[in-house]
Amino acid sequence: MPASPADRPGQPRVNAATATIAKANADRANIDRSRVLGHYRTMARIRAFEEAADQALKDGHIKGAVHLSIGQEGVASGVCVNLDRGDFITSNHRGHGHTLAKGADMTAMMAELFARATGYCQGKGGSMHIADFQVGMLGANGVVGAGIPIAVGAAHAMKLAGDRRIVACFFGDGAINRGPFLEGLNWAKVFDLPVLFVCEDNGFAATTRTRAVTAGPGPGARAESLGVPCTPVDGNDVVAVDAVTADLVARVRGGGGPQFLHATTYRLRGHTAADAATYRPAAEVEERWGDDPIRRCRDLLALHGLSAAELDQVRADAVAEAAAAVADGLAAPHPDPSYAWTDVQDVDMAPAGGGR
Amino acid sequence: MTELTYLDAGRTALAEEMRRDGRVWALGEDLGRGGVFGQYRGLVDEFGPARIADTPISEATIMGAAVGAALVGSRPVVEMRFSDFALCAVDELVNQAAKARYMFGGQGRVPLVVRQPIGMWRSSAAQHSQSLEAWYAHIPGLVVVAPATPADNYGLLKSAIRCDDPVVYMEHKDLWPAVGHVPVDAEGGLVPLGHGRLVQAGSDLTIVTWSRMVDVAMAAAALPDVPSIEVIDLRTLWPWDRAMVLDSVARTGRCLVVHEAVQAGGFGGEIAATVGEELFGRLKAPVRRLGAPRIPVAYAPVLEETSRITAAQVADAARRMV
Ligand SMILES: Cc1ncc(C[n+]2csc(CCOP(=O)(O)OP(=O)(O)O)c2C)c(N)n1
Repeated sequence: MPASPADRPGQPRVNAATATIAKANADRANIDRSRVLGHYRTMARIRAFEEAADQALKDGHIKGAVHLSIGQEGVASGVCVNLDRGDFITSNHRGHGHTLAKGADMTAMMAELFARATGYCQGKGGSMHIADFQVGMLGANGVVGAGIPIAVGAAHAMKLAGDRRIVACFFGDGAINRGPFLEGLNWAKVFDLPVLFVCEDNGFAATTRTRAVTAGPGPGARAESLGVPCTPVDGNDVVAVDAVTADLVARVRGGGGPQFLHATTYRLRGHTAADAATYRPAAEVEERWGDDPIRRCRDLLALHGLSAAELDQVRADAVAEAAAAVADGLAAPHPDPSYAWTDVQDVDMAPAGGGR
Repeated sequence: MTELTYLDAGRTALAEEMRRDGRVWALGEDLGRGGVFGQYRGLVDEFGPARIADTPISEATIMGAAVGAALVGSRPVVEMRFSDFALCAVDELVNQAAKARYMFGGQGRVPLVVRQPIGMWRSSAAQHSQSLEAWYAHIPGLVVVAPATPADNYGLLKSAIRCDDPVVYMEHKDLWPAVGHVPVDAEGGLVPLGHGRLVQAGSDLTIVTWSRMVDVAMAAAALPDVPSIEVIDLRTLWPWDRAMVLDSVARTGRCLVVHEAVQAGGFGGEIAATVGEELFGRLKAPVRRLGAPRIPVAYAPVLEETSRITAAQVADAARRMV
């Protein structure tokens, strides 16, 4: 497995980004070491899972599309650490990080990518439709923006039931140009629902720079125009995402209505794992590797006394866990063809069950 | 037995189900004021604005929110005003509601009911007159219901609300004032989904139909010089009562499908093909369909009339088949 630049300790890329980051880290005199170490572990697990999936795709073990969130792990980890297990999330096509950070099991996720019967969806969903209702993960979605009304509806049901659980809704900057964004935010504000909207702004909508196709000042302004307060954050700074989210979650849970987190980040890989992303200059990508949220977190922990060996061990554990998930996935049975007819609907009198 | 209009039968059914099950709630535009046709009149007084929720004009989110709410355990009844407007929420209905249970390997269910009034009504023109039931019957995961009588609007709506699958529930706007006996009974009176109704027995020809066209078929059967017609009201288009239809056509040897929707690509094609596949050797005449021409429904009554299926047309088709 090729090591990503994040795993090359001792070779800091000196550029504008790294200089700012080094200062931000140095300014942090006090950190909650175990909490930050938790982020490092979560992000390492997401990275290891996706690198393993990427390799498995190259090896021909995965058939469908895989959208990697490499570079965006800070948002998933920083947000989800503030949610309870019973809280809900909805996700989009780039959902591995959100799902793992919410507490899903890596083995069942990998098995789903491998289209096995032991996968979260028994092989019916794949990467784009992983769900784990046990941990409140209500599903990744193949339709851009579609998770927004679903999140709003889950929150609406919580409010109706007098339940204090909240919903975090992840979507990209591209989704803000679809109708459900406007409708969903308006709805959440009108009914004062417990939703935290999380816009992961990686600058791209597939192969297009989002700002080239987006009028006006962007996501935060749109949210605020609907009365939903927006908090911007550097999505690659997991400590900042965590702190800001803690505050927003407290407000949402306290009945303060919806909040909007605008997290800027960058996807270090192509739109799908198979996309070489030649539409952006190599220098830009190289520069952004210097801002890798995992590396930033590692540097911060090192600054606060964690040894390289300890940090390497976290990474090694994550890689081993992902490798085990791959091995388990490859050994797992394929779904029985009869599964194709299950969970369609109950009300169906057709003798074959499939209702030809 | 109580005499109720089709409209009040639906309203009574919803109210009873909301009393029975605190998880049931309704959402849509103008529900607090009773809904566009009065189907929700008075309900906000009993259940309050949280359970009879007035929503923004956001069909995609009305439907999408219902999906999310259903996934976490509530039982939403969605009002779309006119079936035509439900087209603004097709992703939420077709890609989300109908797919969630399957895609997620059975981890979640989407027990919602979408009320989509259909049909021609008072010169409503092309965007307020459509009968789009075939679109939804085509989608795996959806149940499609189209009641023709007050009793069925009561009993089928209750069954739809109790159903754990997403149900597209299509009331015909022209039927709102129709009066009939309704066996009002909070626990009984349910009409099971998927079962047709033998409206009238006959020996020469089976007419298979649903919704508003049931009355038209019955009017045709009463005209002079028509053969002996058996009329079947399907009541549910998916799943549809194949057994009842095939049994009837096996006896009469002739099948005419009548629907208000455009004939091309309509659900009549599904029935006709099935009858042809299953009963080819026993048919005394080719299966026929009678549906609207493939033109949008016009505003001027004289133009609108060209889209309407009349009793005279049905009788004429029946006579020519025998
Ligand atoms: C409604 C819809 N239109 C188009 C697509 C194809 N598509 C998949 S992802 C994507 C880009 C989404 O961009 P963004 O929301 O910013 O998320 P990102 O991929 O950057 O994480 C597009 C256009 C889709 N899946 N759904």
